[in-house]
Amino acid sequence: MPTLGADMSAGTLVAWKKKPGDHVTRGEVIAEVETDKAAIDVEVFTSGVLEKLLVQPGEKVPVGTVMAIIREEGQPVSVSAAAPLPPPTTGEAPVPPPSPVRAAPPPLPPAVEPGRLKISPSAKQLATQLGVDTASVRGTGPGGAITREDIERAAAEPTPPAESEAGSDRMARMRQAIAAAMARSKREIPHYYLGGMIDMSRAMAWLADENQKRAVTDRLLYGVLLIKAVALALREVPELNAVWKEGQAARSQAIHVGAAISLRGGGLVAPALHDTDRQSLDELMRRFRDLVKRARAGTLRSSELSDPTITVTSLGEQGVETVFGVIYPPQVALVGFGKVVERPWVAQGQVVARPVVTATLSADHRVTDGHRGGLFLAAVDRLLQEPSRL
Amino acid sequence: MSVPLTAEDVRRTTLRVLGEIAPEADLASLKPDVSFRDQLDIDSMDFLNFVIALHEALQVEIPEADYPKLASLNACVEYLLARSAASRRA
Repeated sequence: MPTLGADMSAGTLVAWKKKPGDHVTRGEVIAEVETDKAAIDVEVFTSGVLEKLLVQPGEKVPVGTVMAIIREEGQPVSVSAAAPLPPPTTGEAPVPPPSPVRAAPPPLPPAVEPGRLKISPSAKQLATQLGVDTASVRGTGPGGAITREDIERAAAEPTPPAESEAGSDRMARMRQAIAAAMARSKREIPHYYLGGMIDMSRAMAWLADENQKRAVTDRLLYGVLLIKAVALALREVPELNAVWKEGQAARSQAIHVGAAISLRGGGLVAPALHDTDRQSLDELMRRFRDLVKRARAGTLRSSELSDPTITVTSLGEQGVETVFGVIYPPQVALVGFGKVVERPWVAQGQVVARPVVTATLSADHRVTDGHRGGLFLAAVDRLLQEPSRL
Repeated sequence: MSVPLTAEDVRRTTLRVLGEIAPEADLASLKPDVSFRDQLDIDSMDFLNFVIALHEALQVEIPEADYPKLASLNACVEYLLARSAASRRA
């Protein structure tokens, strides 16, 4: 069970997307997992052959639990079943077992003819009596047929809560998850805060000009400029692009900005825009749009939740002028942007009206100090003065 | 040549698109003269998706400078009808 953020301690397997014997490729979606915040598509971390499934749909297991065994390319076929490993205490992402597994691949489940339900008349009658929807029952009989035992088992399972009840329950769990992560952050991370106003006139004018030339489907959002500026500034102050791990900061070579996205009905997630600094604004916009869509549809991928190396949040649309953010552990910094407002600004000895945004940095004092943080904000400002180079 | 859009066509399309963008919204109680942003929880990404969907559904070009003209349901109907008529004349 991969760790998908500091606010996740366990996850419930919803479904496997692969079956034993299937070849899987690194990055491929192998399972769907329900967390307190969302349903997540779990990607596989290595390529090989899926040998054994250790967790069944519906099971809730702690982060770190080995969910499946994958035989990597070149490893010998195993001969006996490996016991499920206990979850590691570090909360790290799952890794393949340390030694070649000893389990012989279980026989593949019998193929079921797609679109046709195999069920005996007796089992079907029982399903009707017990009010069991046969479409949701997994058959264990010959050829995948649904047996009377399958029906009895399905009838004994608790009925899922009504949709509204499930929604409010999920919201309560999300609030608990956020509370746990934020309390941990405030308890463990000595935050310091810096802020500064940035003249956005060049960036806004460039964006308006650029969007005027573009088809509606290709237009850029202002937020993408901010995200890219943060990513490029991190190249200049790389110690802010890190995670706190085992008592020390571990810098990340890759820059994966987590973009805070509010969810409908409340709560938020901050999934990664991978390799943010290396994406063009067009590509970043395309990815950002896709990420927002999937975050709100509940179809994020595990790597998007586990990989962010810094978080960017913008609350300007809610009228907020200044953000005092709470760092999302194990990250060591969060950048906040407020609303773009017209303010008197002194330029070349003249007081003029300028669109201005307040950028803030919340940073971990164990890792950086105000001097480096200030340099970072100055870099963000400088980069936003040359929007065509972002 | 296609049939000219009616106000009802535009209104229905706008509400359909809004429903896709903000599925939790109670569109039956939407006040047509009040800004969407004052009634619905939509952000700039939602609004961009709203504009793209209107463009695709109604085949109307919508410059970014005109976004303020799409602030409410009534404003949308008025603006999109006018744009549609203008593009038919062109």
